[in-house]
Amino acid sequence: MAANCARVVGSLLGKSGHFASSTRPVTPRFCRQICGTPALRRKNLGAAGPEKFTPEFIQKQVEEFEIGKRHLANMMGEDPENFTQEDIDRSIAYLFPSGLFEKRARPLMKHPVEIFPKQRAVQWGPDGRPFHFLFYTGKQYYYSLMHDLYGRVLKVEKHQDQLRAKGLFPTEPKQIALGTSRWLTKEELEARLVEPISSQDYEYFIQLMERLLAMPCCSLEQQFVMSHRQQLEAQSMHQVVPPLQKDDAGVDFSTAEGRRKTSRGSVVVRDCGAGRLTVNGQDYLHYFPVLQDREQLMFPLQFCGLLGRFDLDCSVSGGGRSSQAGALRLAISRALLSFLPQSEGEAMRQAGLLTPDPRVRERKKPGQEGARRKFTWKKR
Amino acid sequence: MSLHRLAFRLRPTVTHVRSLHSSGYVQQQEAVAVEPEPESVSVFRTQEKDPACHSDKHVGQFYTLSSAHVRPLFPDSLPWRYQQQMKTFNETCIMVRQPALEVISYLKKADYSQPALRYVFYGLKGTGKTMSLCHTVHFCYTQGWLVLHVPDAHLWVKNCKELLPSSYKLSRFDQPLEATTWLRNFKITNEHFLPKIKLKERYVWTKRESTEAGSSLGELVDQGISRVKSSSDVVGAVMKELRLQSGQPGADFRLAVAVDGVNALWGRSTIKKEDKTAVDPEELTLVYNLRKLMKNDWSGGAIITTLSQTGSLYLPKSAYLPQDLLGERGFDSMDPFIPVSVPSYSEKEFESCYLYYMDRNWLQHPQSRTEEGKKELVFLCNMNPSMFERLCGYL
Repeated sequence: MAANCARVVGSLLGKSGHFASSTRPVTPRFCRQICGTPALRRKNLGAAGPEKFTPEFIQKQVEEFEIGKRHLANMMGEDPENFTQEDIDRSIAYLFPSGLFEKRARPLMKHPVEIFPKQRAVQWGPDGRPFHFLFYTGKQYYYSLMHDLYGRVLKVEKHQDQLRAKGLFPTEPKQIALGTSRWLTKEELEARLVEPISSQDYEYFIQLMERLLAMPCCSLEQQFVMSHRQQLEAQSMHQVVPPLQKDDAGVDFSTAEGRRKTSRGSVVVRDCGAGRLTVNGQDYLHYFPVLQDREQLMFPLQFCGLLGRFDLDCSVSGGGRSSQAGALRLAISRALLSFLPQSEGEAMRQAGLLTPDPRVRERKKPGQEGARRKFTWKKR
Repeated sequence: MSLHRLAFRLRPTVTHVRSLHSSGYVQQQEAVAVEPEPESVSVFRTQEKDPACHSDKHVGQFYTLSSAHVRPLFPDSLPWRYQQQMKTFNETCIMVRQPALEVISYLKKADYSQPALRYVFYGLKGTGKTMSLCHTVHFCYTQGWLVLHVPDAHLWVKNCKELLPSSYKLSRFDQPLEATTWLRNFKITNEHFLPKIKLKERYVWTKRESTEAGSSLGELVDQGISRVKSSSDVVGAVMKELRLQSGQPGADFRLAVAVDGVNALWGRSTIKKEDKTAVDPEELTLVYNLRKLMKNDWSGGAIITTLSQTGSLYLPKSAYLPQDLLGERGFDSMDPFIPVSVPSYSEKEFESCYLYYMDRNWLQHPQSRTEEGKKELVFLCNMNPSMFERLCGYL
């Protein structure tokens, strides 16, 4: 039964890993795709001669995939119409259990669009001549982008000259509202152009863009500029703030946990307090006799200007004193978030109060004295 | 001119306080009304220099000990950090606090024909037990009592440079250096009492040397200081004489025994004998005699002690209650005593101390003068006096 299954699914997955032309016979062999993909991406597809995957080939793969999906659904006894990718993954994991450590090396079945690298349409006609006039630069889309960009610069300059001739030249330049956006990174630009570019090329692109921005009438090209910028979102939009809770007496409180190194701490922050603080039921002055640790505890409260308003009840375990203080600092900051408006939460994040400290002790290596230190060198 | 400037500098701080603590405001206004001098504007100081006159009205205010009192009363026996502070501020100010006032009021009312009462200051680390003791001792001194002050009993059970077997009893050990130091301080403190008190017994030191009955206490003390070898026994003799004579019809003095770190007497010691075994505190002549003094079989005086974890040996850090620190044996021998708890600063006391440091220009950092800075200080020291002092050391 299992062998049978393997045959069926294998035929579905087919020759996904081969650089097979559509003429080659389909071998009923199961194969792990992924390893080929990054290597393909690295190649310069634009100048690499004739195409590897014709549209007809991809089309055929898609059809095979659809049929294979239905087969799989039937084998698993589910509805072939509503068989999603998640169901496919589940079934494959069930039918071909794999203990391989590397997740990408495990058997998979995915839509050919995801498996085959994105590539351009045919770039030359039946007579073998390329369509694009910049084809022989090797980076046709990059250079066409630069070409376009420079054309726009010239256009803006011309517009300015016309205004100047009419005497309508604006005294104060109208800037493009960039807001919280940044230029596309090199990787993003590469993905957009489907072409590898060097860091030097990227630098030229940024320089030219900056030049366009510096021009007084650059607002003509606002849309173009903004299409090459990425909007940034405040990170704190993503963080989950637990809502405030109320205890029996109707006092607001919130709880949170934090950890650092091997310490874990949790804290209950109560509103309308007198600034009392206990750690594991003990006075914090005696639990943390070192000033630095108390400063750590104080920092979130002091940063928000809320010293003396809350009663804090902390419990902490594991680790040493400074890691315990660090864990409590994180816990207190997280608990305070519930009491604060969102803008202050963002300020706290930027101050690094909400970021867990990822540093942990590094392991000792054999043949060395410690994590990094080598044994004392002796000649003999 | 300088007075005018001082008053000018203080004025903003005063208004500052009033807006903060409306409860303290009323009391402070009373104080201002009583004292007509322009200087008395400072709310954190009191002009009352006699500890006998201190009352609840003065709680939280600093009073100044005149150097004429400090020199003889505390020759080198104040805590080290406080000595440093004295030197820096060029004055000796102690805050009037509730625990000391309580003991002083008891001392005023006590019946001295009865056996001596034992007062024990206890409290968490750094809450000011020793300073309360010093305040009380100053009261005794101004009342003309004979003060027998042991600055730190812990020093007698550790770090002993010279240990000699006792000439009086072979099973005991003498600490000549400690004994001489103490005798010297005792002599400075009670200079005017020494000639008055006559010995009742005859003490023989060696075959040739002896002190006759009827000679003055001063001679005995001088004997101890000049003959280092017998100094420990002299301490014992002094204590014995004072114990026997106080409260007797002929004696015209009151005896105040002040011991800091009394738990050392019943703890363990780190001193080693010849055979590397630890010495029991009972085997030390000084501790043995001091323990006898702690027994209240004498009258006409008071025993004022503090318990302290700081400097103690083999005790957990968190211990501060009398039964933890004294142990079973010590508790039984001290019982009954009057425990006086020394808490951390209250809000008002903290405010006063803060203003005092500000006045002495001890808080220099611009942030420390703001309201937020004060909140930070409160959080970091949690109103603990010694921690506050340490914290302000570098501000």
